[in-house]
Amino acid sequence: MKPAFLFLLATLALAACKPATLSNASPDKPKVALVMKSLANEFFQTMAEGAKKHQAAHAADYELIVNGIKNETDLAEQVGLVEQMVSQGVQAIVIAPADSKALIPALKRAQTGGVLVVNIDNKLDADTLKQAGLAIPFVGPDNRAGAKAVGEVLAKKLKAGDEVAIIEGVMTAFNSQQRRAGFADAMQAAGMKILGTQSGQWEMEKANAIATGMLAANPNLKALLCANDNMALGAAAAVQAAGKSGKVDIVGFDNITALKPLLADGRVLATADQHGDQLAVFGIEAALKILKDKSTPADQQTPVDVITK
Amino acid sequence: MRRWTDFIILIAVLAAMVALFGSLRDSFLSAATLGSVTNRIPALALVATGMTLVMVTGGIDLSVGSVLGFCGAAVGVMMADWHWGLMLALLGSILVGGAIGSTTGAVSVKLRLPSFIVSLGMLEIARGLAFLTTNSQTKYIGAGIESLGAPFAGLVISPAFVISVLFVIAGQVLLSHTAFGRHLIAIGANREAALISGLPVDRPRILAHATLGVLTGLAAVFNCSRLGSADPNAGVGFELSAIAAVVVGGTSLMGGRGSIVKSFIGVLIIATLEAGLVQIGASEPMKRVVTGLVIIAAVLADTWRRK
Repeated sequence: MKPAFLFLLATLALAACKPATLSNASPDKPKVALVMKSLANEFFQTMAEGAKKHQAAHAADYELIVNGIKNETDLAEQVGLVEQMVSQGVQAIVIAPADSKALIPALKRAQTGGVLVVNIDNKLDADTLKQAGLAIPFVGPDNRAGAKAVGEVLAKKLKAGDEVAIIEGVMTAFNSQQRRAGFADAMQAAGMKILGTQSGQWEMEKANAIATGMLAANPNLKALLCANDNMALGAAAAVQAAGKSGKVDIVGFDNITALKPLLADGRVLATADQHGDQLAVFGIEAALKILKDKSTPADQQTPVDVITK
Repeated sequence: MRRWTDFIILIAVLAAMVALFGSLRDSFLSAATLGSVTNRIPALALVATGMTLVMVTGGIDLSVGSVLGFCGAAVGVMMADWHWGLMLALLGSILVGGAIGSTTGAVSVKLRLPSFIVSLGMLEIARGLAFLTTNSQTKYIGAGIESLGAPFAGLVISPAFVISVLFVIAGQVLLSHTAFGRHLIAIGANREAALISGLPVDRPRILAHATLGVLTGLAAVFNCSRLGSADPNAGVGFELSAIAAVVVGGTSLMGGRGSIVKSFIGVLIIATLEAGLVQIGASEPMKRVVTGLVIIAAVLADTWRRK
């Protein structure tokens, strides 16, 4: 096989991909760039789909460019995307930053260049923003309040003094820190004993290993609070394998489709729905409104609902 | 004689680790812990078995974690969306894994490319396919697949564990008591010499990759059965655990030397370490540091003894 053939193959594969180009290009409509984290992640995929549907329904109002990075932690790639969007001449960038600090210099350059920046999903660090002399509106849910509400549903089922444990996501992620804090708020308010917090790295398999270990080490454990639903699925499998079905309650966060059967039969008690498919849309609508009214950007809170079935 | 001292040292390391965690945490020495470790290792044991076959030839396969994710994704689609039975899905997963392994092997051997690079490419391809097949969504499968990973009534071990141990034994017999196995070792020790003495050098290497692919397909089914769901993100970094287990078990990265039973003990060491660190409540950064140190120490000990 000649190398040329391989390149041909790669080119064909590229051609088969949907290009991330502008739809219905016309000069007077604002161009909005949505810069996401990993589009391989169901959560961001859903968010991007929601945004594309919204654009299709409002095709006369704006154009949309959707971009994502390969790996959730690949900051350099996301900085590159922001720069490319600026050079493409977009009017607004709606971004789910891969890091709450590292993206700020790139976003500052964008804003200085006259591009409106709206922050969704992962909130940019307030102190770093202040240091950079930058104001970027955050449009999104309050993860801490959402996690607290889920924790309160669990607290009603337990009694004061019961032992619980928290499985958090990636420790450096603001979302994860907020959810952990929200869970802890609810548990402490109800007088539960939090035995410990360990990181499941947002992954089912890792959370399964941690839940298994926690169940073996703490026979009186009554509940596991997981910072996302994938980890709740892993924890539920661990509870089942340990023969403790019905004795250990689990709560999650995100309300993914795969969790529905477990909510239905009670293996998972509750989760939070932050309307993932609408998160990007909320950001885009906020950006369009600011562009249209020339209004001062302000933070905006989006709803989080507790789901128990 | 030497193979027995190797063996005894590995067992001693394992025993020391169990004793250490046992003294740090009373609950560690329990049937629950034993159950959790035996429940966790079938997938890793299968992949380490196949990886040993590839590594004794001096090759490597970095794609196994992604292939595990892709085969699992295929199982999820076959069972949750198409409502196929477990046996049919298992067959499908093995075929998918075998096809990918054969491709990696054939491309690397026939086109004279390092397996490191070809499997690195395959790592990306298979992960992409995993996301494409599931539309990046976790698939919930449920009771249909859980029987394999659930312990036998009244026991702590599961069918998946028994099957993986049988494969470890079969793999060891294949490696040390058949012409195919001896060819693999000869190729790894000195490919030129093997070629000159008229041994087949291409086919065995492709077959080793294909076998690894098949075992990864089976491992994916076990992984899904333990979790009751298929996660397209499953197996990220899994290749490193598998390679670590094989290397801890004394298989040379240069090829020409290796044992599947020792790789299995390597798997037990890695799994015990993981379970122990969780139970003593070690933080995520500490877990990573300690795991890394244990891998380096194990290989260092092995190298020093051979000097």
